[in-house]
Amino acid sequence: MLANPISKCLNRSLTGLYSLLVSIPVLFAVGCNTGVQTSETAANNEIHGRVPDKIDFTFHVKPILSDRCFKCHGPDKNAIEGGLSLNTAEDAYMALGKKKDHYAIVPGDVEKSELVNRIYTTDESLMMPPPESNLTLTQYEKEVLKKWIDQGAEYKEHWAFIAPEKPSVPKTTNTTWAQNEIDQFVLAQLEQKGLQPSEKASKEKLLRRVFFDLTGLPPSVEQINNFVNNDSPTAYEEIIDSLLNTMDYAEHMSAEWMDIARYADTHGYQDDFERIMWPWRDWVIHAFKQNMPYDQFVTYQLAGDLMPNPNAEKILATGFNRNHKITFEGGVIPEEYRIEYVEDRTVTFGTAFLGLTFECARCHDHKYDPISQKNHFELFSFFNNIDELGLTPGGAGKIPKPYMTITEKEKNGVLSFVQLQKSTMKEVPVMIMNEMEEIRPSYILNRGVYDQPTTQVYPNTPESILPFPEEYPKNRLGLAKWLFHKDNPLTARVTVNRFWQRMFGTGLVASSFDFGNQGSLPTHPELLDFLAIKLKEEGWDARKILKYMALSATYQQSTKVSKELQELDPENRLLARAPRLRLTAELIRDQALKISGLLNTEVGGPSVKPYQPAGIWEATTGGGGGSTATYITSTGKDLYRKSLYTFWKRTVPPPSMMTFDAASRDLCTVKRQETNTPLQALVLLNDPQIIEASRLIAKNAIDRNKEINDQIKYIFKLATSRSPDEEELSMLHNYYNSMLQKVDEEGIDPKDYLSIGDFEIDSSYSKNQLAALALTAHTILNLDETITRG
Amino acid sequence: MSEKKIIEERSLILNRRSFLGKTALGVGGVALASLLGANLFRKDENGLLTKDDSLEGVKGILNSLHHPAKVKRVIYLFQSGGPSQLELFDYKPLLNKRRGEDLPESIRNGQRLTGMTAGQDKFPLVGSLHNFSQHGKNGTYISDILPYTAKMVDELCIIKSMYTEAINHDPAVTFFQTGSQQPGRPSIGSWLSYGLGSENENLPAFTVLLSRGTGRPNGQPLYTRLWGNGFLHSLHQGVQFRAAKDPVLYLNDPKGITKEVKREMLDNLAALNDKHYQDSGDPEIKSRIAQYEMAYRMQTSVPNVMDTANEPDYIYEMYGPEAKIPGTYAANCLLARRLAEQDVRFIQLYHMGWDQHDNLPGAIAKQAKDVDQASAALVADLKQRGLLEDTLVIWGGEFGRTNYSQGLLTDTNYGRDHHPRSFTIWMAGGGIKPGIVYGETDDFGYNIVKDPVHVHDFQATMLHLLGIDHEKLTYKYQGRRFRLTDVEGHIVKDILT
Repeated sequence: MLANPISKCLNRSLTGLYSLLVSIPVLFAVGCNTGVQTSETAANNEIHGRVPDKIDFTFHVKPILSDRCFKCHGPDKNAIEGGLSLNTAEDAYMALGKKKDHYAIVPGDVEKSELVNRIYTTDESLMMPPPESNLTLTQYEKEVLKKWIDQGAEYKEHWAFIAPEKPSVPKTTNTTWAQNEIDQFVLAQLEQKGLQPSEKASKEKLLRRVFFDLTGLPPSVEQINNFVNNDSPTAYEEIIDSLLNTMDYAEHMSAEWMDIARYADTHGYQDDFERIMWPWRDWVIHAFKQNMPYDQFVTYQLAGDLMPNPNAEKILATGFNRNHKITFEGGVIPEEYRIEYVEDRTVTFGTAFLGLTFECARCHDHKYDPISQKNHFELFSFFNNIDELGLTPGGAGKIPKPYMTITEKEKNGVLSFVQLQKSTMKEVPVMIMNEMEEIRPSYILNRGVYDQPTTQVYPNTPESILPFPEEYPKNRLGLAKWLFHKDNPLTARVTVNRFWQRMFGTGLVASSFDFGNQGSLPTHPELLDFLAIKLKEEGWDARKILKYMALSATYQQSTKVSKELQELDPENRLLARAPRLRLTAELIRDQALKISGLLNTEVGGPSVKPYQPAGIWEATTGGGGGSTATYITSTGKDLYRKSLYTFWKRTVPPPSMMTFDAASRDLCTVKRQETNTPLQALVLLNDPQIIEASRLIAKNAIDRNKEINDQIKYIFKLATSRSPDEEELSMLHNYYNSMLQKVDEEGIDPKDYLSIGDFEIDSSYSKNQLAALALTAHTILNLDETITRG
Repeated sequence: MSEKKIIEERSLILNRRSFLGKTALGVGGVALASLLGANLFRKDENGLLTKDDSLEGVKGILNSLHHPAKVKRVIYLFQSGGPSQLELFDYKPLLNKRRGEDLPESIRNGQRLTGMTAGQDKFPLVGSLHNFSQHGKNGTYISDILPYTAKMVDELCIIKSMYTEAINHDPAVTFFQTGSQQPGRPSIGSWLSYGLGSENENLPAFTVLLSRGTGRPNGQPLYTRLWGNGFLHSLHQGVQFRAAKDPVLYLNDPKGITKEVKREMLDNLAALNDKHYQDSGDPEIKSRIAQYEMAYRMQTSVPNVMDTANEPDYIYEMYGPEAKIPGTYAANCLLARRLAEQDVRFIQLYHMGWDQHDNLPGAIAKQAKDVDQASAALVADLKQRGLLEDTLVIWGGEFGRTNYSQGLLTDTNYGRDHHPRSFTIWMAGGGIKPGIVYGETDDFGYNIVKDPVHVHDFQATMLHLLGIDHEKLTYKYQGRRFRLTDVEGHIVKDILT
């Protein structure tokens, strides 16, 4: 085991080692209590049980070293304590001390390895991690480290920095369940654990799931019935194909991209004036509708202006890198903020495309990952070369340069998809990227501070990921090429992982924002690589990959969970069932609009202002004035646009959406929280939008059905995509009767209740009946099942 | 224990009454006592506040306090815009003597200037047009425009040596509230909700009250992210209590239905949700049922705490006539006391309008009148109820103002620009030495000459009073452990009892 300590030359691919993962004893829900630390990926490090027979560096050791040791003994060479770095084998095996007579790690020799003494000692002056670090090691972790050294202290390169290679597809005992390769990878692991996949979801729920995942809207009752009654073996696939071609699909994909691109309709700091970036959003929708390959989609946004023949479309796409916050606070020091803008682009690039936390290398070398401060500012320099100002003079209405102006001419040309006619302005200025001829020099900034430049740096990418090819231009176009270079180990994995997250709620790497040492390890590493390769082979075609995932048996499982499975795998990391996912903020509102018939399906154009409690903007606004001082609610059809088009004031975002965990759009976000709070209950119970939709749903139910039971069944199916069972129907029917009685007893004033929201229903309907049924619909819209994907 | 686990428990606690009747999934191995054990502060035999398992309240992430606490709640009277220390607390007669003279470069000493005065060719010194007089046992100088505060001076710890790094509002306010100048991190109240939980299961642990000043009605704005939960669970977000029809957004039932009708809807909803839980097995549904019950209770508890109609006349006399006008600073101070009585953990007020770049002498007098009586009354009222001993009250803004005039200096008028290098705040309550002045500035009121207190020191000290070691209350997000004080902060031991 002592032979060659540096295994990276032995194992350029992890494939052979992945088999190790499946042998890790999995014991769920065992908390590893390391002080007060928690994290959104805490579960990753909490899967502990018996110390494995064969210790693997990547899966067992590195997460411990990184999280508890690297802060003082890691990649940040300026923060190394005691001359010891545990970052690489060479460093870790080095002789220490003045006399060079002792060693932190002697492979295979626990006695001589000072590291072991230090982690086991009870002497606080020697103990590692030291008490003042507020970090501790559990008994399990100590034993892992000790056993690792005993077995030879083998090091390996970080898994995510080794380019994926196509793994072989595992064989499984069960040969009937799998629909495609995804299932074989998943099933192989389940069989290792002695588990079975779940039964297939009901057709109704499967249809609901695939509708929401691909279009962001529920199926209609007719669509459900047609699908349930269609026995053709290709029915499901045909549905998928048709959904992927809809405008709803393009809009739904765009909604996720808005979080990643930190899109907003205002500038975001103090006065938070309005900006015009919606034409860029129109382009995103257009690109998804055209199924533009992901590599091209990203290249346009990163470097459209530098591509050959940069037409207006390519230039508009570069607005991606101008969606960050921009200050208008009189009195700021412009350079301080200009640096923040460039930083934002740098960090967004890292999070969105590489799944790395570049912000951690701004003030010093990265504490956990092989990204130096120099690497950080080399990447920064790609984005530092546009003719922009830290502070644009003037106030509301000023658009910071550089920008392009979209007029009737462009609209009649390549920008036909820009919904210019919806704007009150004839010409709209949209911020874009535009490379300056003379390069603005970039420097390593001491402690990341704007006025402390040190060494000059030039465009380059971290060698630890993939050295920047010499033949590439040293600008954003070269950077885009590097991103999609065949040997880039991260881009395809990060992208396909986000697609997986979209379809399964959680990525194969749960920390979809961090593929570095502190991130989660993949639950199914070979599957991740298989999909990453497939994405590339399919020409970065998102639709093909999403369809492939939707066709898998894994995706089509029921969400139903037994007590045993819930206890064994509460996070559903083994995928022995489909996850039960709450709808996002956008989808909850859009569903209510869709099933009530209120939804206005117009595409694109300026953002709109649906219902919002009065006074929220007014209470916080300053003296800056402008269009964001007062919230002027939209009228007519504009009230009912999809939530993608809701005006986003960054400092006071729409409260009902924020309550349901929408991203604030302050920074690039690739994963939202999913929380469950009392404020969510208040929104669903009392938001006029929900109540208005309930009234419309009740009216539509009355229009279609004579019998009350049929009316209730219709509403229930609209909202949950399934028919109520006898008991549910009788509960709701009783409730309806009780509500009718309450109207008689004046516990309900139908006139008041039925006048919430702008939409008026003609007076031919019985107010009593309508109110009682609307309250029934209101209840159904509040069901947990209604706000769940299916 | 992971936060997810705690949130799960938290919702089960909320649903305790129904829970006790049934057995919920996934709690089999957990002792009932710890499941129901919320972290309450309790006085031990030495009179120190420690945490205790109790049947009330909602658990936080900390299993125990890092050390005994002095206070269990905070009322933060944030004066937004940067109140001028030179007109309020930091008496500098030299500035009156040398009025109009240029600020010596030896004093300015390279301090960076905001874009608003960077272009001025002169920096004429200007002293306060408002007089100061001495008050309290130690003869502390307080401005005559703060007569009520002056009377309370023996209760206050006045810190004249605060300093910050930011020179503009947005980054400076964000820095005070989150420990970082750039947005994205949790606010102080969110950290406390996360760490300590809530002691009232019917109200949010972190509440926010806003008011607009008369000194500069169109002052700089506020941002809801100032009370945001950042990367913490959204249960920890600050909840704004408003002087509006809906005191909390979406709180009111829709018009046209009675409370009983609403209750029936909730019962029906709970029964249907519970049925679906039996079928599908997802514990998240249980949690959802509990959240609806909490929402229902908030519909009673929030209006109750907001309804001040039964406050006696003498209370309104203490807080001043504006206390009867909803949405004013005075009314919010009274509400702050009522929220403190309900054991809300962190009560945050924002009073806007302190940004007096011009017309300062008149504007600051109005602004001082907005807040003086009610701030003093709040301290006195807490004290007479025995609440001051375990409450920390803080009064202060995001930075101070320059000792030289921004714009034209005339006999009766001047303005002042932002000044990060020295400014004044005050604190009062449990664990804080009353009746002291801490820190000193030079005779120009420009530089700190004794006992500087950085924003992170202030935050560390606040957490210390609550029984929290600021280096230990952390949250791991995107691979890094974050804390309120970032990588700095020292406890200001000299001001502690």
